[in-house]
Amino acid sequence: MHSFHSMLNYFPEEVLEHIFDFLTSHRDRNAVSLVCKSWYAVERFSREKVFVGNCYAISPERLIARFPRVRSLTLKGKPHFADFNLVPNDWGGYVQPWIESIVRGRVNLEELRLKRMLVSDESLELLATFFPNFKSLVLVSCEGFTTDGLAAIASNCRFLRELDLQENEVEDRRGQWLSCFPDSCTSLVSLNFTCLKGEVNLASLERLVARCRNLRSLRVNNAVPLDALQRILAQAPQLVDLGTGSFVHDPDTESYNKLETSMQKCTSITSLSGFLDVSARCLPAVYPICGQLTSLNLSYAPGIYSDELVKLICYCNRLERLLVLDTIGDKGLGVVASSCKELQELRVFLSDVYGIGNTAVTEEGLVAISAGCPKLNSILYFCQQMTNEALIMVAKNCPNFIRFRLCTLNPTVPDAITMQPLDEGFGAIVKSCKDLKRLSISGLLTDQVFLYIGRYAKQLEMLSIAFAGDSDKGMLSVLNGCKKLKKLEIRDCPFGNVALLADMGKYETMRSLWMSSCEVTFGACKTLAQKMPRLNVEIINENDQIEASVDDKQKVEKMYLYRTLVGPRKDAPGFVWTL
Amino acid sequence: MERASAAYENDLNLKATELRLGLPGTDESSEKQSSRNYKRSSPEMDNSCQKDEQKCVPASKAQVVGWPPVRSYLKNVLHQKNDSDLSGMFVKVSMDGAPYLRKIDIKVYKNYPDLLKALENMFKCSIGVYSEREGCNGSDFSPTYEDKDGDWMLVGDVPWDMFITSCKRLRIMKGSEAKGLGCL
Repeated sequence: MHSFHSMLNYFPEEVLEHIFDFLTSHRDRNAVSLVCKSWYAVERFSREKVFVGNCYAISPERLIARFPRVRSLTLKGKPHFADFNLVPNDWGGYVQPWIESIVRGRVNLEELRLKRMLVSDESLELLATFFPNFKSLVLVSCEGFTTDGLAAIASNCRFLRELDLQENEVEDRRGQWLSCFPDSCTSLVSLNFTCLKGEVNLASLERLVARCRNLRSLRVNNAVPLDALQRILAQAPQLVDLGTGSFVHDPDTESYNKLETSMQKCTSITSLSGFLDVSARCLPAVYPICGQLTSLNLSYAPGIYSDELVKLICYCNRLERLLVLDTIGDKGLGVVASSCKELQELRVFLSDVYGIGNTAVTEEGLVAISAGCPKLNSILYFCQQMTNEALIMVAKNCPNFIRFRLCTLNPTVPDAITMQPLDEGFGAIVKSCKDLKRLSISGLLTDQVFLYIGRYAKQLEMLSIAFAGDSDKGMLSVLNGCKKLKKLEIRDCPFGNVALLADMGKYETMRSLWMSSCEVTFGACKTLAQKMPRLNVEIINENDQIEASVDDKQKVEKMYLYRTLVGPRKDAPGFVWTL
Repeated sequence: MERASAAYENDLNLKATELRLGLPGTDESSEKQSSRNYKRSSPEMDNSCQKDEQKCVPASKAQVVGWPPVRSYLKNVLHQKNDSDLSGMFVKVSMDGAPYLRKIDIKVYKNYPDLLKALENMFKCSIGVYSEREGCNGSDFSPTYEDKDGDWMLVGDVPWDMFITSCKRLRIMKGSEAKGLGCL
């Protein structure tokens, strides 16, 4: 060992750097930089891609100081529960200071990936102006910008390869942003504007597609009609990933026949999505490519009912990833189980979002899938009811789960047959799935399920809990047992100060902890904040302005704490109080 | 006196006829669980009660913030879809005393006043003026509807968008029967 290490030290840095080049995962690179000072130095100068899981854990200045050659930056802002309206919009997560720092730092930024951040048109304009080599912009669940910002990107980023907008709230200014791509732009590989609500100039779009011969992924929005889609496909038979726009047409027209022909020529399409507006009679146009599909996302398409869904899916024998609404029903899932033997990831979303009626899937569908699809490793399942027996069977059939997320419509529903808590079922899952990294549990659950999680879920990194548990013991089991835990989010559980304060050092090994509507008090949060200077303990109190003299015994409505190297953030709004 | 009444209570075995949540034959511990349910979740999903005889809270259709955990983006997409569904939504309309029923497409209407006006025209009756605060007021007839759970509800309580997705049929009730619904 000794001689090996000394040998490695005789290698010039360039060689070390070359070896590190083979390490693509940021975790591997982080590990490597901890070995010794010289490796740290070599690594930091050669790092091009940086991942920041919490934008408030570090400052842009320090990041640039450590990684001056950074070319690709990934940033995440708001906590996950912001997706469900638990975090006010202006809580934070602004990208502007990051971009300003990167401009000042003369960084040659080429790629920016943001999730749950606030992005302004000004930020996008800065990007477009100061980064001539900018190649890739990926925005997921962001907001704060308009199509004017997109126009700036389109106009100025001459080498743009990727513009990927996923589920953002974008104000449409009707400024023809798409037409801003100059005729000289031929570099696009990926373009996704599904989430935009407004119209785009169809002629511009068709010309853009025609001249970008490397285009592999195209996802259009609802405003692009079927006949335009046909013309686009005719120009781009090389597409690998397609998101349709409006899929409504009279099937007895020449336009539709042309679509069928063009679709047949697209022999490279392996990923299909869209169908926000769909008429079932048009779906057969897609049948010719079903056999090639590895990924199918129909979760935006409540207009496709179970029978048509099933007809489509039974052709998709190579499917590895399927996203559907629960309108598919247990029977439909049975068809998936018998047709899609390569399935690895399944997401069944709620179609009835007001929770008025019943969902159409139960534990039966889940069991059928687990029995028919042995390669299943990731599931998100909204269902009406669940049983321990079903979960135990699923655990037996599929020991390879990496992600397991179950959501029952009634958050405290017990086992539908025995009326017992669902502890044993989830216990079986964590016991069987030794590689489980992400878990969301739901239903009637006692402290027992957390005992199981703490005991068996050794690889668990993210856990989401709602309306579960009996006492602090539950939370303690998780904190003590799950050594690799990175994110813990809890709502409406009887966990309090004892659990929160038992192992304060633990939170420095985690990215963040969210607790809302639990039993934690102000006093305990203050204590935690005092003892742990490298944690930001934020209290979100939307109703009243933060008073200086708050009763320590008062329960905290929403608490979000995260480790940070840069202390309390300066951009917190009035209703966020960093203790 | 007291002893007598105690004996009286024992004879009557009030426990057996006691109204509480839970399956017959369940005991104290299950009662405890159901009260815990009530404290922590104010469920909108009591439909499961009817279906599976589970312990749950009586119908209070209050919405828990952020549950079920559906991303707002997806919610908006599906919400919009409900509005622009091309297939229409025909429901039967019965009126107390009328010899036959009618059918209307409730997707055609934009809000409650529109719907009520159409019903008034169709049945040549006075259903009254709808107001946000008071629901229907000042008439002999009350519009009610059957929702997805099979319950009969007074028209006007829930937001319009929610109404059109949950309404399965309409019934215009005569004033005397409708009194209990607190319309007037």
